[in-house]
Amino acid sequence: MSQTDRPQDASSVSRRGFLRGMSASALAAGALAPAAQALAATVGANAGPGATTSAKAAATVFGPAPIAVNLTINGKTRELRLEPRVTLLDALRNHLDLTGAKKVCDRATCGACTVLLDGKAVYSCTVLAVEAQGKAIETVEGLAEANNGAAPIQKCFVANDAQQCGFCTPGFVMACESVRRRNPHANREQALAELGGNLCRCGTYHGVANAVLDAIHGTTGGK
Amino acid sequence: MNSFEYARPTTLEQAIGLLSPTDGDAAALAGGTDLLSLMKDFLVEPKRLVSLMGIEQLGTISVGKDGLKIGATVTLDGLLQSGALNQWGAKWPALWHAAAGIKSPQLRAMGTVGGELLQRPRCWYFRRGHGLLAQDAKGGSLVEQGDHRYHAIFDNAGPAKFVHPSSLAPALIACDATAEIASPRGMRTVKVSELYRTPTKAGERETTLASDELLTAVTLPRPLPKSATYEVRPRQGLDWPLVAASVAFELDGGGKVTNARIVLGHVAPTPWIAADAKSLIGKGIDDAAIAAIAAAVAKAATPLKGNAYKVDLAQVAIRRAFAAALKGN
Ligand SMILES: Cc1cc2nc3c(=O)[nH]c(=O)nc-3n(C[C@H](O)[C@H](O)[C@H](O)COP(=O)(O)OP(=O)(O)OC[C@H]3O[C@@H](n4cnc5c(N)ncnc54)[C@H](O)[C@@H]3O)c2cc1C
Ligand code: FES
Ligand code: FES
Repeated sequence: MSQTDRPQDASSVSRRGFLRGMSASALAAGALAPAAQALAATVGANAGPGATTSAKAAATVFGPAPIAVNLTINGKTRELRLEPRVTLLDALRNHLDLTGAKKVCDRATCGACTVLLDGKAVYSCTVLAVEAQGKAIETVEGLAEANNGAAPIQKCFVANDAQQCGFCTPGFVMACESVRRRNPHANREQALAELGGNLCRCGTYHGVANAVLDAIHGTTGGK
Repeated sequence: MNSFEYARPTTLEQAIGLLSPTDGDAAALAGGTDLLSLMKDFLVEPKRLVSLMGIEQLGTISVGKDGLKIGATVTLDGLLQSGALNQWGAKWPALWHAAAGIKSPQLRAMGTVGGELLQRPRCWYFRRGHGLLAQDAKGGSLVEQGDHRYHAIFDNAGPAKFVHPSSLAPALIACDATAEIASPRGMRTVKVSELYRTPTKAGERETTLASDELLTAVTLPRPLPKSATYEVRPRQGLDWPLVAASVAFELDGGGKVTNARIVLGHVAPTPWIAADAKSLIGKGIDDAAIAAIAAAVAKAATPLKGNAYKVDLAQVAIRRAFAAALKGN
């Protein structure tokens, strides 16, 4: 996860080994490498907790200790204290218990973590939570809530058998919701072209395409 | 990823003041789609991130007498939605094709023009922590000894065998674009091609930008009348092309070439400018001339043991890019 320092003995293990060990690593989060203090000294900023102003640049430098982060999620403001390194995905899942967005690759290569930021689908695994401040964040939970249990696009997923194991599904639902809103007249080809950012290991693409077209044109179910 | 300090300046001056002349100390954060992944794998370990996304001036597109100026933090989606690259108006189709070729809407929503141009190579040895030159203890090339199906087929005699990952760079270079760079030493302007270099020693980067410099904008001059990009892709989404060709050329009243550029992507450690394009000048462009130029460019290739197929793909990409440009996008 985003709050994992580089293991101190990284040089003595193979990269493959230490990447594998990363997820199990229980290293203290927030420990600042000595070199960071050196940098802070050279640019005249305080590396300690809280915000300071770098005299030369007159811009505020935050962290690395937790700072106040205000996020607008599904229409509600949530106040958090997070290290700057916390991704939006980790903020949602680990700090707010919104576990709809899934963590699969954590590297912008699969789409399982897709949420909407000001209406556009984004990979929440590669957006810092601090950078999402001031933007409208929509998660799959919000979609369901606003529609008393299931949004039209979700009903269309069910009606069109658009999921198998379901792990990619929340991300796909959000990507489809973005297509539906941004291109309310999309034909099959146009809709598929806008779903190029999500992968499904189970191969539900056909059902997903039917579901999004159903949501757009109301061809079957989902009403 | 390691912890870091974070700042979100609102002016370019502030941003520059927060960067560091020492490589690796601080990094510019744009969309984060590449940087955060690099940091999670500890491939870069900046102690400070300077977000560029609060600097309004970097996020604008303007069309002026000198051409089209695109701010560094304009997102790929913003560029495509702006109408500035009007595909059917045949202004800069090479760039439009390249930007639209990045098929993931999520990447286009967050990825910026600056970040796209400065994304780090995807060589799997580099991404696995073996360094950009991927050498073993004796200085041997892991790329040469290993699986190099996606690696360089040009400019690969030295230790660097990765390919540059940018889709926009070949198109911008074909369109003769310039890049604007800001640093504590002031502003400088270079050709987009000059942003890149082939590293020859460990520790050297693939870009000529110093660590305290920021890319602020790219400018496309008066457009060449005909241009296009053709990408050969292994699948429709979420991957880089195997080979791409961006071409741009001008014809005189008699249909003879007065100026031509061919730039290949994903074939060399830098966007690869094919010098042979000059030999088109004074000639008419027909199928035979296009096939001949594609063959001449390919002839200079030096593929590794396992990637000669890319030489064929390069020829295909050049031919189809010319065909698309002639057809009018
Ligand atoms: C699965 C996948 C497929 C992809 N396919 C393609 C593809 O086909 N073609 C393609 O071109 N790209 C592709 N990409 C890459 C994608 O386009 C880039 O990740 C994205 O454009 C980077 O932009 P960003 O704003 O997120 O940059 P960031 O991640 O924020 O930054 C990238 C790098 O540039 C530096 N930087 C950013 N802006 C500036 C600036 N103004 N001045 C100085 N330094 C700066 C950062 O410090 C960092 O080192 C793909 C990525 C993924 C994950
Ligand atoms: S978890 Fe974010 S794209 Fe895969
Ligand atoms: S339903 Fe299993 S990964 Fe998509």
